[in-house]
Amino acid sequence: MSVAKPITHDSGQFHVTGVARYIDDVPLPANTAHLAFGLSTVAHGEITSLDLSAVRSAPGVIAVWTAEDLPFANDVSPSIHDEPLLATGTVHYVGQPIFLVIAESHLAARKAARLGKIEYRELPALLTVDQAMAAGSRFEGGPVIWTKGDAAKAIADAPRVVEGRFEMGGQEHFYLEGQAALAMPAEGGVIVQSSTQHPTEIQHKVAEAIGLPMNAVRVEIRRMGGGFGGKESQGNALAVSCALVARLLGRPAKMRYDRDDDMVITGKRHDFRIEYRAGVDDTGRILGIEFLQLARCGWAMDLSLPVADRAMLHSDNAYNLEHVRIESHRLKTNTQSATAYRGFGGPQGMLGIERAMDHIAHQLGLEPLAVRKANFYADMPDASGGSISAKKKQTTPYHMEVEDFILNGLVAKLEASSAFADRKAAIAKWNAENAILKKGLSLTPVKFGISFTLTHLNQAGALVHVYSDGSIHLNHGGTEMGQGLFRKVSQVAAASFGVDVGAIAITATDTAKVPNTSATAASSGSDLNGMAVKAACDTIRDRMAEFLAREHQTVPAKVHFEEGKVFVGGDEMTFAEAASRCYMGRVSLSSTGFYATPKITWDRVAGRGRPFYYFSYGAAVSEVVIDTLTGENRILRADILHDAGASLNPALDIGQVEGAYVQGAGWLTTEELVWDDKGRLRTHAPSTYKIPACSDRPRIFNVSLWDGENREDTIYRSKAVGEPPFMHGISVFSALSDACAACGPNYPDLQAPATAEAVLAAVKRARGTGQ
Amino acid sequence: MNDIAFLLNGTPVTVSGDSPTRTLLDWLREGCGLTGTKEGCNEGDCGACTVMVTDEQGTRALNSCILFLPQLHGKAVRTVEGLTGPKGELHPVQAAMVEHHGSQCGFCTPGFVMSMAVAQKNGATDHDDQLAGNLCRCTGYAPIIRAAEAAAKAPVPRWIDDAPERAGGPAPYAPASSDELAAWYATHPDAVLVAGATDVGLWVTKQLRELPEIAFLHACRDLQEIEKVDGGWRVGAGVTIATLRRAMEDPHPALAELLRRFASEQVRGAATIGGNIANGSPIGDAPPALIAMGAVLHLRMGHVRRKMALEDFFLDYGKQDRAKGEFVTAVTIPETVPALACYKLSKRFDQDISAVCGCFSIAVEDGKVTRARIAFGGMAGIPKRATAVEAALTGRDWTSATVEAALPAFATDFTPMTDMRASASYRLEAAQNMLRRYFHEREGSPVSVLEVTS
Repeated sequence: MSVAKPITHDSGQFHVTGVARYIDDVPLPANTAHLAFGLSTVAHGEITSLDLSAVRSAPGVIAVWTAEDLPFANDVSPSIHDEPLLATGTVHYVGQPIFLVIAESHLAARKAARLGKIEYRELPALLTVDQAMAAGSRFEGGPVIWTKGDAAKAIADAPRVVEGRFEMGGQEHFYLEGQAALAMPAEGGVIVQSSTQHPTEIQHKVAEAIGLPMNAVRVEIRRMGGGFGGKESQGNALAVSCALVARLLGRPAKMRYDRDDDMVITGKRHDFRIEYRAGVDDTGRILGIEFLQLARCGWAMDLSLPVADRAMLHSDNAYNLEHVRIESHRLKTNTQSATAYRGFGGPQGMLGIERAMDHIAHQLGLEPLAVRKANFYADMPDASGGSISAKKKQTTPYHMEVEDFILNGLVAKLEASSAFADRKAAIAKWNAENAILKKGLSLTPVKFGISFTLTHLNQAGALVHVYSDGSIHLNHGGTEMGQGLFRKVSQVAAASFGVDVGAIAITATDTAKVPNTSATAASSGSDLNGMAVKAACDTIRDRMAEFLAREHQTVPAKVHFEEGKVFVGGDEMTFAEAASRCYMGRVSLSSTGFYATPKITWDRVAGRGRPFYYFSYGAAVSEVVIDTLTGENRILRADILHDAGASLNPALDIGQVEGAYVQGAGWLTTEELVWDDKGRLRTHAPSTYKIPACSDRPRIFNVSLWDGENREDTIYRSKAVGEPPFMHGISVFSALSDACAACGPNYPDLQAPATAEAVLAAVKRARGTGQ
Repeated sequence: MNDIAFLLNGTPVTVSGDSPTRTLLDWLREGCGLTGTKEGCNEGDCGACTVMVTDEQGTRALNSCILFLPQLHGKAVRTVEGLTGPKGELHPVQAAMVEHHGSQCGFCTPGFVMSMAVAQKNGATDHDDQLAGNLCRCTGYAPIIRAAEAAAKAPVPRWIDDAPERAGGPAPYAPASSDELAAWYATHPDAVLVAGATDVGLWVTKQLRELPEIAFLHACRDLQEIEKVDGGWRVGAGVTIATLRRAMEDPHPALAELLRRFASEQVRGAATIGGNIANGSPIGDAPPALIAMGAVLHLRMGHVRRKMALEDFFLDYGKQDRAKGEFVTAVTIPETVPALACYKLSKRFDQDISAVCGCFSIAVEDGKVTRARIAFGGMAGIPKRATAVEAALTGRDWTSATVEAALPAFATDFTPMTDMRASASYRLEAAQNMLRRYFHEREGSPVSVLEVTS
């Protein structure tokens, strides 16, 4: 069967030959217009004068539009309509689009966009969480507070209290393909190609902007050059602009951001400050814990509420907390509107408690892994009635029962395979012998909830055709951004029909084929679309089986689809012959498929329910070395054991784990976003914003998949894999903290990202020579 | 002006009438419909636009986004579209990338396979260095390295053999010798001289500047030689960083190691030592090392030639001791430099700009410091010697106590600034600690995280 096989990416051959086409590669009609935005240069201010005469008279300029030129909705927000495409009188961050240049070439548009003469009456800008807290500048009124038990009392009664506070930076997506869109005028509407994870959202925002119903807008996307959450809502502005030009000027229009514009305009991962206060016993077991989470959301709401929710939802990570209180502030600031990014708040919430674990261990003089294990949820018996079981019902801080926990067993296996204890001892010895360089080692676990927390998004559709020659056309609502979704889903389709994956034609995501799709996000792509595709394929296969059985005077149960053939009773034929006979027999060979995730229910205001269908698990061991003179540091080795359920494609899943680990490590080490005191982002290109390069990956990099299956009835019992392994990067941060702690008696209080500068500061704190 | 003539994927092409600052990337994508080569950053930092360029000096990987068309005159360019064989056969690196799952989103992939194909052709197996200029956000690089290793020993396909003929006419916008350049530049002193275009390229692609008159230096072959002279090497201004690195591996391994971390393979293959000095950047990596080594700079205007200690060239931020119409011809690097060490501190090890670059040469005889040359980049508006620190060391016993006593002198020499790369206080402290590191390194203690294994 085609599932569970390590088949290569469907586009691998196209990628390596340069044939794979992205939006910017589409051949253009001769009269295509090219667009660029003129941007705000102040963080907060009223526009007092807008002189665009030099822009209009620049070479190659066709037209220049401001908010007043927009005929219908001036809005590209994915949430509460608070994000105008073009600023209306007031600007809210440095980089906010104010006017749109429509020109004959990309370069002409870029050049003209810099010629606007704009004067502002500057207003006080809120740039930091402290400024926003002081001003009471929030989304959703006050903080969101979820509780379980009585944390304050448990902490007061506890023998020891550990408390701390730390900052963690945000993260630029740095998809290699920048934001891009292309729109063609069409009879009665527009056809849009957009580099987007969310074609239906593009369709919706374009329809509003051109004043037509959604059926007048068709959105298509074959592939993105990376998304990571950065193309869930941030492509709206480009697609809407192109569609407006197509509609109002009747010309094709393309817009792509130059890299610097992309980084200045679009949102990034939310940076957070987290404060924690834990009451613990002498074994490090947490008796009660309180978290304060301050999320810097930027100027518009975008997806900040569910992001901040997910941070709260992962503040337990793998640990059974009896008494817990989580307070979350969603702070509105005059910076880019922070948005979805792989993990969607989960990494930030999880780092909060992992950091607390390290701090507790340090204060108690215990091995951090022992403290972690003392706090784990209990492993639960699987369907076969395994021997380990929880003594009583265990629930998350949001009162969801944890029924599928496996980390005790998984971590034990990883400890053994990574020789954790031996290496810990060897490192202690090495550190005693080395004055300048110090090593650190840490194991951190991941438990990540799978499902959109907005319950209605957990649905998907598919459309499958079998042609009379036996070739199969596959379409579904998910988008391909490199993760291999199309390959996995084609494996599902091939399994249904018993054919080789080569018989399946994978086609571009298209709102005209599958409507009302959810974003390809929340790691849900193959869970949702795989099931929808299977439903569509099985419908067609069952129709074929029924017809062929009737033809052969047998029952459908005796019709089998295997290895490109169809076996009917004692007879056999090729799948192509079977398709042809069904066609001749007037059997419908096309079907939609639909799937809605069962069991989930969630009250986000109360913080109660079952927001997740299941959890994905894993753990990572990282070994690092630091230079105590400069703070320079690197990863020496990583060992990861990750739970992808019964993997649909182990090669693609391991690829996700490796890539996610390095991306997660980048978030917590070299990737530092720096804004100046005027709110200008100073790190807006790869020259100044440093994602990991080739040599930053660990030289020894052992990644394995846990041998298990999803206990819930997911597609072939697999598990989602896009986001969960990102948080294995936390093991790098924890190992760096461990190395800093080897420098002196004090808690190093490492801040994220752990740049060389941050590591040196932590070394000094450990030694008691710093602040 | 002559046409620009070169081989593109094995076929001769000529370009005329285009702006001299039209980039190869734009021309390929917009002019030729060859969209396999991608724009990721348009500033030479991501490698998605990497192409293979062959000339009589060999085959290099270069960033096409900051490569101007006139620079290609007489060369051969191969893009990802030309990497596949005539019957559609995959190049071994392409096949290995598919087999080892080396592509996910695929956008960086054409750039990677071009860098890999160049390395494979040149027999280079230092994959991390060969690929440091190619960013991938999806894979974590592990499968890409597996692919590079798998393809390393495969035969180099014949179809990528490019033997560029020297094009008929002279290169457009490009003087053919330093004499020609000197005569022309003296009468066109406001012109911009372009060597590798790894800096000027960004003036065009990012600042969107219209350049005045322009002259390309790549045809001045006499500026591209490394000549052994009495007491050292005279390195022509047009020598690329890649060439200099190779030449210095033996005599000055510390300098060669610093140059290994100079930008990326694509940039080192284009950037020149003359450009790195002449643009006067306070954070160029070669000047602090060369100052610590006691290098001498050679300049020329018309027929007038002069030389000076390299540190004297840098007057103030953005200001060098260079007259209008005068240009850098060479730098002389001494043959022996006592105990040279070069420390580059940046957020990322590879392909990054230094926050601090500290270079030390301290001569010790009979336990006493007889001479100290210490220079830093990133600590002032110019690459600058630490004269107060040098004075605090010279004549003293070479001991930890002397080192500690010299540390306060750093604040006399330097008042660094805070920017996106580092804070002022961290820069000062790291610079001081580099002297400590230098001491420990000479004592034989392990001091480099790059040399530690699990």
